[in-house]
Amino acid sequence: MTDDRKIRVLVAKPGLDGHDRGAKVIASAFRDAGFEVIYTGLHQTPEMIVSAAVQEDVDVVAMSILSGAHMTLFPRVRALLAEAGADDVLLTGGGIIPEEDVAALEQQGVGKLFGPGTPTTEAVAYIREWFAQRGERV
Amino acid sequence: MSTLEQEIVDGAELKAAVARKEAELRALRGRLAQWQESVAGTPVRETDFTSVSGREIAPLYSPLDLGPDGYGERLGLPGEFPFTRGPYATMYRTRLWTMRQFAGFATAEETNERYHYLLKNGQTGLSVAFDFPTLMGYDGDHPRSLGEVGVCGVAISSLADMETLFDGIPLDQVSVSMTINGPAIILFCFYVAAAEKQGVDASKLRGTVQNDILKEYQAQHAWLFPPEPALRCIVDMFEWCSEHAPRYNPISISGYHIREAGATAGQELAFTLGNGFEYVERGMARGLDVDAFAPRLSFFFDVHNDFFEEIAKLRAARRIWAKRLRDVYGAKNPESWRLRTHCQTAGVTLTAQQPENNIVRVAYQAMAAVLGGTQSLHTNSMDETLALPTEKAVRIALRTQQVLAHETGVPHTIDPLAGSYYVETLTDELEAEAEALFAEIEEQGGVVPGIEAGWFQQQIAHSAMRQQIEVENGDRTIVGVNDFTDGSEQVEIDVLRIGPEVEERQRARMAELRSSRDAEAVERTLAALTAACRDGDNLVPRILDCARAYCTLYEIRHAMEEVFGAYREPVFF
Repeated sequence: MTDDRKIRVLVAKPGLDGHDRGAKVIASAFRDAGFEVIYTGLHQTPEMIVSAAVQEDVDVVAMSILSGAHMTLFPRVRALLAEAGADDVLLTGGGIIPEEDVAALEQQGVGKLFGPGTPTTEAVAYIREWFAQRGERV
Repeated sequence: MSTLEQEIVDGAELKAAVARKEAELRALRGRLAQWQESVAGTPVRETDFTSVSGREIAPLYSPLDLGPDGYGERLGLPGEFPFTRGPYATMYRTRLWTMRQFAGFATAEETNERYHYLLKNGQTGLSVAFDFPTLMGYDGDHPRSLGEVGVCGVAISSLADMETLFDGIPLDQVSVSMTINGPAIILFCFYVAAAEKQGVDASKLRGTVQNDILKEYQAQHAWLFPPEPALRCIVDMFEWCSEHAPRYNPISISGYHIREAGATAGQELAFTLGNGFEYVERGMARGLDVDAFAPRLSFFFDVHNDFFEEIAKLRAARRIWAKRLRDVYGAKNPESWRLRTHCQTAGVTLTAQQPENNIVRVAYQAMAAVLGGTQSLHTNSMDETLALPTEKAVRIALRTQQVLAHETGVPHTIDPLAGSYYVETLTDELEAEAEALFAEIEEQGGVVPGIEAGWFQQQIAHSAMRQQIEVENGDRTIVGVNDFTDGSEQVEIDVLRIGPEVEERQRARMAELRSSRDAEAVERTLAALTAACRDGDNLVPRILDCARAYCTLYEIRHAMEEVFGAYREPVFF
């Protein structure tokens, strides 16, 4: 990794859930914050998401899930990323996810998950911070 | 006095009356100018006086804001063209709106229990929420359904599930609304076949299937096939229902999801009615008489936070629809002009922070829906931004409607806000805004080309982004989110959880079904369906045969997909 490259983010909509208002808003906010953003479109399987993440060589996968299937989908993408040798990718996201589930997913190596009403600036700051702590990028 | 003399006297009286009215308006104009001058130096609150949709709101409205047309052409009486004052002559004095809470979770058994509970508690109609696999045409045991079975609604994978869902609920007496779109024609056939099993003929069925695929491409995104074959299925249903199920609404043209995805009130109004016009034109292009199917077209609108704008939106919708159906499509039957609608309070306005405040938001929105003249109403539960609603939260939401109906006096008189300078002005403005947007849709080449180009999706996404920026900048206050926060935002609230055992049970049900049915009948009916897709026959009788043979949802979808193909969305942000 080199410092002059922008942070690359894959915004992904896994599963059958079609609610993409949040995904599109956050993708625009990431772009406005200076990240390079790729949006997968709807109805992606975990395999499709990981394959896009690897192909696009992204630093972050941000998944939006409002379907309640987060306990299945986050761990599955985390595992597939590891299988693909992309362990260093930050897996984060948002949606309707109860507090206990957020904590449980954190235990499984998933990054911060943002609930309804979170300002987009908070998610941007989190990603910047995450890279800053590792001394990578800006 | 001779007739001629009488006319001269009347004429003189009329002239005098007009002169009096003109003098009155002149005087008012002068007094308003004075008022404006006198308040010019008075400080106003530091807030943005625009509606939620960004409409500039004047400090005061008066008769001068009303257009030149007379009362009759713009308002009429309730139950009369152009229906601004309400679709029915006596409205809530004859019958209150239907209180219809949207519900569904886990398997058909659990949801059946919830329906019995709701009916026992005074709910007057049912509304089925399906899980994502069902909405997308997948069975509960399909690999794509993993983790989603019964989570956001009930899993219905065949006629057997539909029979269980309505066990002990007489389908000739309870009206049922089903929120399903991509595979609507399939779930509708499951429903008709389940009624048959109860001994209820399709002609006795009341209720609605959402079946509005255009807004799926635009906003909600649960589609199966590309627009042309999907529209053919919808017209097949218009045709079949007008003959066999004349009391059933084969479509609910929905603005709800367009609004929830971020549209303004004006966009919701225009895109929804624009979709409605498209369906009418498709039906007429099939050779159907507009008066044979238009009376059964129904609508579904969102009721958002901006109280008066939402009321005006519903009034404007009725007026625009009536005019277009009569004057452009040549409908002769007044039933075709009459826009009937379901409404739901705006899920998108509910907050995860201080969630009990949502009860208050929902109550105001419910009142706006009733003042706007809705025919049925779903009130959201306070805990929806956290998870599926609990029984307690659902009960409070239903009680909110009951308090409105029985304690406030709001339903006592018809269209009580008619004649309000403000509400009438807003109604006129929304009508004009919709007309301008219809012209823009035309410029896109119509609804389907607009969808394929991503035009609707972009309009909606831009509005969503604008609203997000307003909230983040603090230009629009959301109580408990960006203001009036006191550290009590996170509330311990019980949530309903759907465990993995639900998926297990649905898999077991499916395995049993697959082994116990007549495999030959399954193959035969599916092959006949694929042939009908190719030949252009009406698909309802063929899918009904599949349903009766206990073909599953995905098998039926697959048999159609062989001919129709799948839809791919234009991706952008």
